[in-house]
Amino acid sequence: MNVAGSNFGDVMVVGGGISGIQAALDLAATGYKVFLVERAPTIGGKMAQLDKTFPTNDCSMCIESPKFIECDRHPNIEILTYTELEAIEGQAGDFTVTLTRKPRYVDEDRCTGCTTCVEYCPVHVPDPFNQELGDNKAIHIFFSQAIPLVPYIDDRCLFLQDEKCSICEAVCQNRAIDLHQKPRKQVIKVGAVVLSPGYGVFDPATRGDYGYGTLKNVVTSLDFERLLCSTGPHEGEILRPSDKRHPHKIAWIHCVGSRQVNEGGSSYCSAVCCSYIQKQVILAKDHDAQLEAVVFHNDIRSYGKDFERFYQRAEALPGVRFVRSYVSIGREIPETNNVTIRYVIPGQGVQEEEFDLVVLGVGLQPPASARALSSQLGVELNPHGFCKTDPANPIKTSRPGVFVSGAFVGPMDIPESVVTASGASALSGELLGYRRGWLARERVYPPERDVSREPLRAGVFVCHCGANIGRVVDIPSVVEYASGLDNVVHAEEGLFICSTDAAEQISNTIREKKLNRVCVAACTPKTHEPLFRDTLREGGINQYLFDMANIREHCSWVHSKQKEEATAKAKDIIRMSVARTENLEPLQEFDLPVNKRALVVGGGVAGMTAALSLANQGFEVHLLEREAHLGGMARRLHSTLDGLDVQEYLRGLIRQIYQHRLIQISHQATITNVSGYIGNFNTTVESEGRTRHIHHGTAILATGAAEYKPTEYLYGQDERVLTQLQLEQIIAREGAEAGSALEGVENLVMIQCVGSRQRDRNYCSRVCCGQAIKNALLLKEQHPRMNIYLLFRDMRTYGFREDSYREAAARHVKFIRYEPNDPPQVEPATDYEGRPVLQVTVTDPILGQRLELDAQLLVLSTGVVPSTGSQEVTRFFKLTTNPDGFFQEAHVKLRPVDFAVDGVFMCGIGHYPKHLSEAIAQAYGAAGRAATLLSQDTVKASGAVCEVRERDCVSCGACISACTYGAIEFHETPQGRKARVNPILCKGDGLCNAKCPTNAIILKHFTDEEIFSQIDAALAP
Amino acid sequence: MCTGRVDLSFILRAFSRGADGVIVGGCWPGECHYVTEGNYDALATIHLCKKLFQQVGLKPGRVRIEWISASEGNRFAEVMSDFALRLRELGPMGQAEGIDSSGLSTRLDAITRLIPYLKLVEREKFRVPIRTEEAFDEFYGSPRMDSLFNDLVTDKLAMAQILRILEDGPLSSGTIARKLGLDRGAVARQMGLSLRQGLVSFDQEQGSYALA
Repeated sequence: MNVAGSNFGDVMVVGGGISGIQAALDLAATGYKVFLVERAPTIGGKMAQLDKTFPTNDCSMCIESPKFIECDRHPNIEILTYTELEAIEGQAGDFTVTLTRKPRYVDEDRCTGCTTCVEYCPVHVPDPFNQELGDNKAIHIFFSQAIPLVPYIDDRCLFLQDEKCSICEAVCQNRAIDLHQKPRKQVIKVGAVVLSPGYGVFDPATRGDYGYGTLKNVVTSLDFERLLCSTGPHEGEILRPSDKRHPHKIAWIHCVGSRQVNEGGSSYCSAVCCSYIQKQVILAKDHDAQLEAVVFHNDIRSYGKDFERFYQRAEALPGVRFVRSYVSIGREIPETNNVTIRYVIPGQGVQEEEFDLVVLGVGLQPPASARALSSQLGVELNPHGFCKTDPANPIKTSRPGVFVSGAFVGPMDIPESVVTASGASALSGELLGYRRGWLARERVYPPERDVSREPLRAGVFVCHCGANIGRVVDIPSVVEYASGLDNVVHAEEGLFICSTDAAEQISNTIREKKLNRVCVAACTPKTHEPLFRDTLREGGINQYLFDMANIREHCSWVHSKQKEEATAKAKDIIRMSVARTENLEPLQEFDLPVNKRALVVGGGVAGMTAALSLANQGFEVHLLEREAHLGGMARRLHSTLDGLDVQEYLRGLIRQIYQHRLIQISHQATITNVSGYIGNFNTTVESEGRTRHIHHGTAILATGAAEYKPTEYLYGQDERVLTQLQLEQIIAREGAEAGSALEGVENLVMIQCVGSRQRDRNYCSRVCCGQAIKNALLLKEQHPRMNIYLLFRDMRTYGFREDSYREAAARHVKFIRYEPNDPPQVEPATDYEGRPVLQVTVTDPILGQRLELDAQLLVLSTGVVPSTGSQEVTRFFKLTTNPDGFFQEAHVKLRPVDFAVDGVFMCGIGHYPKHLSEAIAQAYGAAGRAATLLSQDTVKASGAVCEVRERDCVSCGACISACTYGAIEFHETPQGRKARVNPILCKGDGLCNAKCPTNAIILKHFTDEEIFSQIDAALAP
Repeated sequence: MCTGRVDLSFILRAFSRGADGVIVGGCWPGECHYVTEGNYDALATIHLCKKLFQQVGLKPGRVRIEWISASEGNRFAEVMSDFALRLRELGPMGQAEGIDSSGLSTRLDAITRLIPYLKLVEREKFRVPIRTEEAFDEFYGSPRMDSLFNDLVTDKLAMAQILRILEDGPLSSGTIARKLGLDRGAVARQMGLSLRQGLVSFDQEQGSYALA
């Protein structure tokens, strides 16, 4: 059955931000037909608006936009933008979804994206992509990487207002504009729905918070993102709204609209603002090294991976001050439009300080569509208006068959949005496993022509990229130049070479003109090389006979005012590219068979969840557990703040694991050897006296972490000193009973950050604040009269946990902050009645006084440390860990559960400390990613890998020691020991090439000859 | 492909084709897109190249390495403008150093031929204990490096240049010294050594050396 263009699919993903995109890509890769529905005129979501992403300061658009193209080109993804969900009927496995396609007044099929209409449109409207800080035309493309790359017409268009103007219609040569378009309904049948509608941003204007909306130089943090960004309203110059001048002194205010119980605010913590403000401070300092920056904050919540270091980096910058104080706006200085801020410094009283610009760290809110989605879909919302989820499965909504990913679950950052997206893919797969691949399409290519004996016949295709290149570079003269280059038999220009029809035209030209080398002079290979390689395959020649000359980013965009020089440079770039193509060789990507079994290492909750999800999707799983029992760290947990009975949940999970026919378990298992690569791993395991050899296609590492064993505060010397986990055990087992360790405890002191956030463990253990609050609340339940003192540095109850923090304060848990350079002191003493106590002394920084607390019990919130088991396993699989010893992801933001080694995934606290529900979400994420691999019969390995010319190899081993991937090994030949590359392990970095003294090792597709030819062409007279 | 793939021969090739400067742009240390951190290897290559240039009388400022991430377009432009400015100050390659074009190709060819040896030496002897930028800078600027370079490279480089210049015809040791900007004593020592090894022959009448 041909289902292309039909209204029948497997999964509908609602929301085209990064989370929806990831869900769609994972589902499509696993073999499901996906409809990706987005309200805006393009996919991309909020991430597309951000300048950089913390804590790596990667360019947000640069890392997200390749995913747009991947979605666009995927045969199993159909993108429906500018489309609203209307209704959904039916049940899991058989939903009927009604959509409304809003009129964009531009026919997507006819439009080439040339933007002539935009040029002629007379109406300027505030640009929504730039937070209305700049203007755009009433007809415009949402942003330059938009998918689809076609304009839409804003409601403020003169024709739409009162039919006054229709110039856009007149200038469109393709007659793509239809000003009479009407909304139309579309009905689609799918088996599952993934909700990824993202989040809303708190609007301080509604309450006039901090003068936003009335004072010109008060902006929100999202406004500031656009100001920072090179595609922003001032092309990356930070100019303040009032006079478009550079601000030299900027204030950031934390928690705007978050952690507030007043009307219009949100009681929860928005979880991302602390880090994004630090990012903005760092970037603003990058823009202007002299900038004075003041950050007014409450608790600094740097609870994520590498966030603590990021905070330190921001704080250490010269001219940056972090001030812990609530603030209010003083006044606007009439002459300068500067704004004053009032704040308090302990001991010095109220201060007032003047700033050129004030940035409000606005919080995250439920998406604007939340209520509508809830009623249309029948999914429940939580009291905050976000999607209600099950603590044991944060990706499941209240309606079966409807899953949720991204910030609709609650405030979260990009990696978590991506993780939950992959998790939603896994859960959809559990539901629809039986029909996996039924609707999936595979590309079929014509047979490849053998060009080895043909004379060189190169074709050059030069792209105008609308006006992006054509306005600066004289394209006709470039084409003429290119046609005169050696071996070039065809040169032509195109308006948008990447458009579907232009690409098809190139394929035809390759066939008709018998081209055997192709150079496309256009934009960046980073985003478009896959597309053009594909075009070569369609044209019947090897995809590696292609090179891309970047005359946009490297030329027209940076030399927009020097047209002649830019044209000359474009010629240089093309000459180099053509020279390179002459040396290119056809390379084969080989298919590696995929063993369909997964190995899951670690039988804690994360490992078991991942194993169970894969098994429920129909894959065989081998689960390894080091101990005699499954359960891991969760065996020591009894409840969570979100109300999960952990032990009961654990029993249920373990039962399902043992009962599942596709899961095999090895207890007391240790890995002794791992060999192989993606699709084909061989792992040797010692388990209960037996040696097993497990052949598997993928591995998920869920090896967990350990509790820090404190040496501080008399732990281990005095039995009245416990850890939070020990306290939890006591509360759960004997808490309220007579004779329990809690009997007679009048004062209990908790100390946070024991073993965390210090020099040798420079990270926050993330879970301890929530854990302490949970235990404190349980104690108040069991022993209402007990005095509980909680000594902390920053309370990091991010997200909805903030409510529990507030509840604890309301129930008179006493919170006392301490400074790291003046930590609490503990010593055995006797109280005023002569009873033995532990005397805890701490300086209260607000009161400036030493407090003495006589405690019967002292509870240490000890950190999470990497386990030695995790370290061993990473060595076997040749994986890396971060400086703190936790698993290192392939990409912190966008590949958060992938290791850099293909085919190996991670979940649980081996990656970083996290709460149980987060570990469960991540386990589903890992299962979703692993399923994208296991659902394939084969995987492709790149042809651009190294190879050894054996006769030149002197077996010095330089290449072997240079290769971090272990891809090169010696093997015996009749001529002696020679290096040999395992092309499957080779990543093509080519470091070995530069080390080899005899040039015996060659990185294919980047050979010395290819690079020399480019150098020579660059410098050719 | 990683910055670490940049071979010394690529840099020399560009100079031999007329470039006045070569800049290598790499990922910031600690932001490796692979796990190899090959940018440190590129850093070592550049340090080595500078030392070699210094040794043969070329200005080391003609080679430069900078860390520029893909998102730092502005920085890239600034770095390139600055480099162009510096190169203009340095003047045309060879000419600014008072070396004619044949002298320049002698030097570049000599270094190029020495690459296999240099790679071995770098691997065996120029070992930087920790992979940080500071450690590389410190090591390559240290007296220890100077003495290692002197022991292991200086003579070899002189020899490579002498053998290369003799390819163009027989020359007296004085001319060789002058053309290569080498110390006469050093040339005489090298010539003696080469004679013994049978690499060159000496024509008593002309008073000149030729390749054997």
